Amino acid sequence: MNRNARYLLFFAGGALVAVLFAWAALGMPSFGSTFHPYRDLAVPAAVAHGTANVVSAINFDQRAFDTLGEETIFFGSVIGAAALLRPSKEEREQTSGHGHAKQVMASTRFAGYVLLPLTLVVGFDVVAHGHLTPGGGFQGGVVLATGVHLVYVAGSYDALERVRSVHVYEYAEVVGALGYLGLGFAGLAIAGSYLANVIPYSGFGQLVSAGNVEVLNFAVGIEVSAGVVVMLAHFLEQAIVLRGGAEA
Amino acid sequence: MSYYPYFVAGWLLLVGAFGIVRSRNLVHAVVSLSVSQSGTYVLLLTIGYQRHATAPVFGSTSKPNLKVVDPVVQALTLTDIVVSATVTALLLALAIQIGKRHGTVDPDQLSALEG
Repeated sequence: MNRNARYLLFFAGGALVAVLFAWAALGMPSFGSTFHPYRDLAVPAAVAHGTANVVSAINFDQRAFDTLGEETIFFGSVIGAAALLRPSKEEREQTSGHGHAKQVMASTRFAGYVLLPLTLVVGFDVVAHGHLTPGGGFQGGVVLATGVHLVYVAGSYDALERVRSVHVYEYAEVVGALGYLGLGFAGLAIAGSYLANVIPYSGFGQLVSAGNVEVLNFAVGIEVSAGVVVMLAHFLEQAIVLRGGAEA
Repeated sequence: MSYYPYFVAGWLLLVGAFGIVRSRNLVHAVVSLSVSQSGTYVLLLTIGYQRHATAPVFGSTSKPNLKVVDPVVQALTLTDIVVSATVTALLLALAIQIGKRHGTVDPDQLSALEG
């Protein structure tokens, strides 16, 4: 299809979508109104389960089964990306020449090594306090994975390869995913329904208070941080290590 | 009565779709898809917003109360972002493979179907 025909088709379809969307939006409650029926039900339910961060309570308590699905999507996409990015026959590993260490400025290197421990601590904090403050397993996991890659920004690809062996992270990802599944089965065995709470609630707003939510946060945090590291490892391998396929 | 943020969401959806339609590079198309998806974040957060309400996170200084923005749509937005990130990763991996196999990432030059 040529470009003009494509634009014509898009503008016709886009105009239709715009009209339908505007029609639907004008039927919505006004922006900023006080009409929030889901909020009125979700907040008391979260408080009854001792979870100060209501968003976490919804993700890991009220909608825990949906989050299992979400986590499985993430797991599947890491496997998918790894499968798509596996080296082809024509490509070979470039054994030397990806040490970009020489070009790194001293200030970048210094900032990287200062931020590395800081980022790891912040990531761990975001996961550990996911039931109390904004954050949780998904967000903290991404922060942790980013922290690991500061080694690459500040040092070199070889340094990154030394500190992260992809196999360990592959297993860690599976451990995180199985932890979530396993806690769900514990709920089935003890409380009679899948992902029902099995860890007692205590002391609203305390570090240990929210029952299952915290443990599920940790399981997701492990899975997401490991999964992001594995995924980025495959992308970095494409960009840095492999030679031959594209140029051949 | 105010509907402005709803229209921002709709505009993001359409402008992202337009970016995909006029794209000459698959990476550009993937980024356009992300723009489109960010329209859904704006839509969800718009639905949940309440004027003068606080975040749905309680603590020692903010006792549990109902004058907070809707946490359900915020949780859905988190799900949305995770799905968007995974889709982006998979599409970029596909773009790398297409670039390798066909030597181009311009969608207009990728017309031949391969068995």
